[in-house]
Amino acid sequence: MSAGDPRRQQGAGWLFVTPAIVILGLFLVLPIGMALWVSLSDWAGRGSPFSGDVAFVGLDNYSALLAEPGLARQDLMLSFRNTFYYVVGVVPLQTVLALSLAVLLNNQFLKGRTFFRTAFYFPSVVSSVAISLLFLFLFAGGGAINNVLGWFGLNGPNWFQDPRGLIHLLGDGLGVWSTSSPPGWLTDPTVLGLSPWEWVAGPSVALSAIMLQVIWTTAGTFMLMFLAALQDLPTEVEEAAFVDGANKWQRFRNVTVPHLRPTILLVVTLGFIGTWQVFDQMYVMTQGGPAKTTLTPAYLSYQTAFDTGRWGQGAAIAFILFALIFALTTLQRWILRDKDEPRTSRFSRRRRRRRTTVQDETQTQAQTSGRLS
Amino acid sequence: MKRTPRLFAIAAIGSLTLTACGGSGFEDSGGGEAGDSEAPASAEGPAELTMLIASSGDAETEAVEEAAAEWAEESGNQVEVRVAADMNQELAQGFAGGNPPDIFYLDAAQLAQQASTGNLYAYEATDNDDFYPSLRETFTWDDTQWCAPKDFSTLALQINTAAWEEAGLTDEDIPTTYDELSSVAEQLTEGDQVGLVLSPGIDRAGVFVVGNGGWWLNDEGTEPTGTSEEVLAGLQYLQDNMAEGHVAYAGSVDAGWGGEAFGTGRAAMTIEGNWIRGAMSNDYPDVDYTVVEVPEGPAGPGTLLFSQCWGVAAASDAQAQAVELINHLTDPEQQMEFADAFGVMPSRQSVAGEYEEAYPEDAPFIAGGDYGHGPVNAPGMTPVVEDLNSQLEGITNADLQQVMESFDTNASSALDQ
Repeated sequence: MSAGDPRRQQGAGWLFVTPAIVILGLFLVLPIGMALWVSLSDWAGRGSPFSGDVAFVGLDNYSALLAEPGLARQDLMLSFRNTFYYVVGVVPLQTVLALSLAVLLNNQFLKGRTFFRTAFYFPSVVSSVAISLLFLFLFAGGGAINNVLGWFGLNGPNWFQDPRGLIHLLGDGLGVWSTSSPPGWLTDPTVLGLSPWEWVAGPSVALSAIMLQVIWTTAGTFMLMFLAALQDLPTEVEEAAFVDGANKWQRFRNVTVPHLRPTILLVVTLGFIGTWQVFDQMYVMTQGGPAKTTLTPAYLSYQTAFDTGRWGQGAAIAFILFALIFALTTLQRWILRDKDEPRTSRFSRRRRRRRTTVQDETQTQAQTSGRLS
Repeated sequence: MKRTPRLFAIAAIGSLTLTACGGSGFEDSGGGEAGDSEAPASAEGPAELTMLIASSGDAETEAVEEAAAEWAEESGNQVEVRVAADMNQELAQGFAGGNPPDIFYLDAAQLAQQASTGNLYAYEATDNDDFYPSLRETFTWDDTQWCAPKDFSTLALQINTAAWEEAGLTDEDIPTTYDELSSVAEQLTEGDQVGLVLSPGIDRAGVFVVGNGGWWLNDEGTEPTGTSEEVLAGLQYLQDNMAEGHVAYAGSVDAGWGGEAFGTGRAAMTIEGNWIRGAMSNDYPDVDYTVVEVPEGPAGPGTLLFSQCWGVAAASDAQAQAVELINHLTDPEQQMEFADAFGVMPSRQSVAGEYEEAYPEDAPFIAGGDYGHGPVNAPGMTPVVEDLNSQLEGITNADLQQVMESFDTNASSALDQ
């Protein structure tokens, strides 16, 4: 067997990837497998989940969370509701903010660009725990934010203690309903343990404060991605649009944004996943309160397992969250897919590609056999 | 085709490695079985104990370390004191990994859950009857007292002296009934200042429930009694007074808890435990205040009591030594040392006299030890209590009957499990 023997190379290849497989298996596949088992068992957090005392309970944990009326389902639905409003608020805003910052900083003639880049990126570098503590002080009842609001004659709420939902408040302000006595048609039949009145509450004041913080911290990271993509944008294209008489907005709308499409998709996807998994802020600042309005699935999972000792349910919440994120991300990719390309052309291109591949392969084979012989 | 065997072999080796790595971590989890038998596991020769504490600060850590070292030197064993950042999580990790700390602080609210899981080794410290009966009751679940009470705190009423005098009130007016409490709270409410400010949740609202002779669960902790007349009467008292505006939650006066509202002067009175002393002398040293017992309710005096005990792990292999150490830590003399070091109240009745002599201003707190009610300690109740707390945050607009009905439903299903 010569050194170039493809069979020997195969062995060497496996040898080289073994460390990666072992590490991934040990720290990724095995824990996920264990968690999956825990979510199907009645393990109470004592000793190994694989010991003989632990019984398989099938989908009991999942059905307690999804099917049976009770506190477990109600809490999970509350956490989904909160996080839904959170995602809907955070993802678009952080994407738009990041994009705007990137476009501003991409301006060749801006003075002190490096300074601004560092300044905007800085919040992303600082640990989220430190920032959370800072925001606790900023948004305290007598804190800086309320003092600034006071200059304009506004009486700011006690942010992190205020469980009132924004949509409730808006409706109250417009006279649609009164928060102290919600309309009967919204309170009566409960859907998945929550009344429609509770479903439409909107993010609470406390959650909104957290949303502001997260938008501020993450915009920097995404700004960096947009900046990188913007620097790829060929100046000729921009100049051509300029020559064609496109104004600033038209150039942004029709040249820059289409060019950034893949980056936008990336940023939105990452934003989606990150926001659905939000945990740090709740752990440090609110512990799910006030009135459970900052409870999120990730924090609920932690709480169910570590504080309540229902490990199976905690693990099941994690898997339900995984399924939800997976489904939503797929849906979001489908919505944001490239709609410009007609189906036929894609099909023919694929055929064309396949033909060339086959050709290439034949060529390579011919070469190889020629060398071997 | 020839490729397959080799591929398989590598995959097999890979998975073998994985099983080996994965298995080793969980092998020794069977150590917990030792605790199931009645006789304490006793280590041969000098034992090495680990103790996990949730410390309130350097003073507490140093005092516990010193006391543990003292015992270690006398008995020839070794004790390592570790301070937990997140007690529940670190305990859970220890129990799951099969190597929990031998001794740990255990909160009364966590007792039933840990005991029902089989994580605790039940023991009695020397002279067990000397501990306050209410504390022994607090750490009793399933007819067994699981551990020795470390110390305790109770709630009492704090009154801001300046506000009190400004409203023209004298010592004669110190409230002894709920009606008097309402009336002085009303007189003390003026401008920004609210008469009585409370932290939200059952850990304060419960005072009025106990004063009305009720409790969230029945005495055995097997059935919820949320919709009983007594419970509803207690909550109703709170709701009525809040509606009239002379009782408020800390959040509505820009404070995180009752003590903060009291310190900033937004509250003329608050109901907090003995921990408020430390907070006041650190953060608001200029505020003058007096502490009196919580006024009597229609059913007599009632307050809440909070406590932690010295838990011993079922999986510990030096339980005998652990109990010896706890005997040293709960020794009357040692308890008084802890009280001096970090301001906790001794859990032994025999020390109460000495403590009251040394700290006469704490007498109202000590008095609570006789009639205070411990926290809800049935297993699986944590989320139910949290749900009730979150509903009580909006007590002003709440339909109490409905809130307590949902509590009863949730509690029944939690208790049935």
